[in-house]
This record gives sequence, structure tokens and C-alpha cells, in this order.
Amino acid sequence: MAIDRDHTVAWMQRFAEEMAEHRQELVRLDTAIGDGDHGTNMNRGMQKALEKLDASPPADPGAVLKTVAMALVSSVGGAAGPLYGTLLLQMGTALAGAPDVDLAQFTAAWRAGLAGVKARGKAELGDKTMIDALTPAIDALEQAADLTTGLAAAVDAAEQGMNATTPLVARKGRASYLGDRSAGHQDPGATSTYYLFKSAAETLAD
Amino acid sequence: MKKLINAPDDVVADALHGVEAAHGDRFRVTFDPYCVIRADAPVTGKVGLISGGGAGHEPMHGGFVGPGMLDAACPGEVFTSPTPDQMAYATKAVDGGAGVIHIVKNYTGDVMNFDMAAELGKSEDIAVETVLTNDDVAVEDSLYTAGRRGVGVTVLVEKICGGAADDGRDLQQVAELGRRVNAAGRSMGMALTPCITPASGEPSFELGDDEVEIGIGIHGEPGRFREKIGPASQIAERLMTPILEDLPFASGDRVLAFVNGMGGTPLLELYIMYAEVAKIAAEHGLTIERNLIGNYITSLEMQGCSITLLRLDDEMVRYWDAPVNTPALRWGA
Repeated sequence: MAIDRDHTVAWMQRFAEEMAEHRQELVRLDTAIGDGDHGTNMNRGMQKALEKLDASPPADPGAVLKTVAMALVSSVGGAAGPLYGTLLLQMGTALAGAPDVDLAQFTAAWRAGLAGVKARGKAELGDKTMIDALTPAIDALEQAADLTTGLAAAVDAAEQGMNATTPLVARKGRASYLGDRSAGHQDPGATSTYYLFKSAAETLAD
Repeated sequence: MKKLINAPDDVVADALHGVEAAHGDRFRVTFDPYCVIRADAPVTGKVGLISGGGAGHEPMHGGFVGPGMLDAACPGEVFTSPTPDQMAYATKAVDGGAGVIHIVKNYTGDVMNFDMAAELGKSEDIAVETVLTNDDVAVEDSLYTAGRRGVGVTVLVEKICGGAADDGRDLQQVAELGRRVNAAGRSMGMALTPCITPASGEPSFELGDDEVEIGIGIHGEPGRFREKIGPASQIAERLMTPILEDLPFASGDRVLAFVNGMGGTPLLELYIMYAEVAKIAAEHGLTIERNLIGNYITSLEMQGCSITLLRLDDEMVRYWDAPVNTPALRWGA
């Protein structure tokens, strides 16, 4: 099966629902090691993104992701706006107007998105950021034979990556000011990234 | 949580309506995107100065917009950096043909959003220089942190660069001066209480009734250590020692001493702290040539203060003394 425009819109709608449902959880995680606004900001950004998708429906999966990206960049602020904006903008650009996206194209788009996030945030695997959920999830997609099993494996890998941020000491963002005191807390950015994969699996798999 | 608000989601917009109602004669306030812009912008031939940052630090930055200081300020949500479209809009609005300087406090979100604004602005053919402030000695500046935070020196950079821009200095000269001020300034803050953001409704951290956090950030980020509260003289020593050792300041230096309130501290206590700062400065052979005391870069209702010392040179003194006419700082005009 391939991913078309409607699947992509459904994915973004599901992600918006996840951000609304888990707003307080993300706020709580961010209060522990950041400034407590991650859930509020992501929820506001995704609501804006849905408005934009409604107002002028994009033509293909890449255009859907670009529309969401620009809405996040212009409404989220903080670090999450540029990082999620860059992720989805690079993914949308990589998909280059294709009406139907297969597993290989989807995986390549994630790779482009991850490269963008690394360049924007100057962070690497193990710095206790969203990259710790993104990296293993994309690796899982890459090793999969088909989209459905790939998405299931990616969700598991993202969840493990998210959980693995708990003992880490943050090296980027506001959490880095805590030094060793950031260990013992799950990273909020890795958590919202887990929900991005979870909502993908729920809407894009067969 | 008790606050003078209508709804947590509306605090920034509601406050901007108040700014517009109070200062509509001197500002153009825009709501899409959020910007506070000098009414007479762009000033032809003058380097434009903009800054921006999360709301909750008032009067920074909107209170510093006006002749002799900033041309525009972009507020984000509370403690959340503004977005690139705001800075791109402000940059265009204040460009009088001499280029625009972005004054950016070193926080991950602020830096990324201003970077994206600069990228978006490339197509507009406006020359943009960035001055990054990172004066907080409480943060270990290493590979393992996002680097030192920009705090009190930001106010001094905005004032001194504003004076230089008014004097007709060009983009490179004003930017270089701003970087020199940042490099010669050091700050450290402390908290007696946490603050409560309207969105979370909860204290940003827990602090015992008899405890202080030394080295606090302006969003309630933790500092170097926590201890039982002591007299003002001891707290001043805790803040001044790392500041003095870091630059380092030396006997004979001329300085500007800035005692800043975090929002919930009475001016009475800030003057008690200033007396201690002046005493310690004198013991180290420093001459305080200029000072600033009050709530200028705050952290909502947090009780506490920060101290900033800036090693002055003649050019900095000249532009510090230059006329300024903003809601929060006004002299000579």
C-alpha cells in the first residue's frame, strides 16, 4: 500500500488529537527539566495546522507536510517550532510532489527530516532530545519489508528510544542547564516524537 | 494560582492590547504577528535594532522600544521564544536602508527562531547582523550545555547599541559595539521563590521556605546550588564572587553596576542589595561610574534579583548617557 494525500491528512489530524490528549503529560515532563510549555505549544501549533489544512487543502502528501510545517514554525515558538517545522518541511520537500508514497520514499523522507533536525538543533543521538526517538524509529522503518510492519516496528523503536532518554544527561536545550539533575526524567521532545510515529501507525498502516 | 488575567491562553494578546491603549501614540502594535514597533519606523538611514523573546520578562523587550533604544520588539508566548515570521516582519518594518541588528539572548529556541528569521529574510535583501548575549556565569559554558544564557547584559546592549545607532554609526560598528558590551558583561541571579506560568498554573520548581536558589535562570531554570537563606550581604557575595572572577574584573576597572529585580522583589530590597554590591565593588578597587536599579528583566512574579557588572569604556559610557525615550527607560529626552 502507498500513502496518499488523504492518509497524510488523517495522520496529521491524529497527531493533533494526540497532542491535545497528552498536553498535560508533556507539560509535566517539560516542567521537570525544561520550562513546562511543550504540551501547550505543540497543541496550539497542531490546532493552527489543522485550520491551515482546512482552509486550503494541499494536493499531495509532501504539500500536506509542508503546510503543517509552516503552521508550526509560525505558531509554536520555542525550540519545538523550528525543530518540528524543519522535520516536516524537509520531509515534505523530499517527497517532491509524489501523489503516492511507498515505504522507500517514506523512509528517505524521514532521513531528510532527521538530517534537518540535526542541522537546526546541532544535537546528536544520546543528547536527550527528539533525535533519540527519531533515529531508532527510522532505522526500524529502513529494515522493514513493508509499510505496515515497518510502522509497527518504528512505533516500538520510538517508544524504546523515548524510554531510553530517562537516564540520560541532557546536552542540548534548556534541560542542559540542569546537568546531572536532568537524569531520571523522560525527554518531552522524544515523547512528542513517539506520538508522531504512533499516530502514523494508526493512520498509514493497512 | 491567583493572577490578574482573563484566560491563560490570552495573556500575551490582552497585555498587548494594554500596551496599545497606553502607548498608541509612540508604538504601532500588530497582532498578526505580535510586534511592538516604533510609530515613526523606519527611521531613514539609521541602523534598525530589534529584539524578541518570550513574554513574562517585562519590561524587556517591549518597554525598551523607542528613540535611543529598540525600533521593534517581538514577544512570544510566556517564556516561549517568538516565531520567525514575527522577526521577519519586524526586520522589514524597521529597515531604514542601513540594515538591521537582531539582539538575541542565548536560549536554544530563541537562537533557532532568529536563525530561521534571518534565512527567511535573505530574500528581502536586508542586511542583518546578529548580536548574541550570553552573560550568565551561573551556567558552565561547555560542550555539555546549550551555553551561557543571555540575561541582564541584554538591557545594556540594547541601550548602548541604541545610542550608537542614533549617532549614525553603521551596521558593522553598532554590531561590533554590541558584541563588545556582551563580552565585557557578566551576570548572575538568585531566587527566593519560583514563578508560576499562567499556562501551567504550577510553580516552576520547589524551593523550601528557608531556601534560596543561587544562579537561577530567568525562566526558573535551576542554578548552581541551593542553600539556607542568609543576610543580603551573604547573597551579594555569592553572586558577586563568580562574576568578579569570571571576566575577571580587576582593580581600577570602571564599571556599570546593574541590580535587577525578578518581578516580585520590592525596590527597598534591591537598594539593600545595591549597597552590598557597591561595598564589594569598592573592596575590589572597582569604580562604579553608572548604575541601574529596578525591575528590567523579570521572571513573572519571582522574588529574587540578578546582578550584572559591565566593564565600561568611553564609548560605552557615551552611548549609555545618550538620550533615550522608552516606556521603561527615559533620560535626556
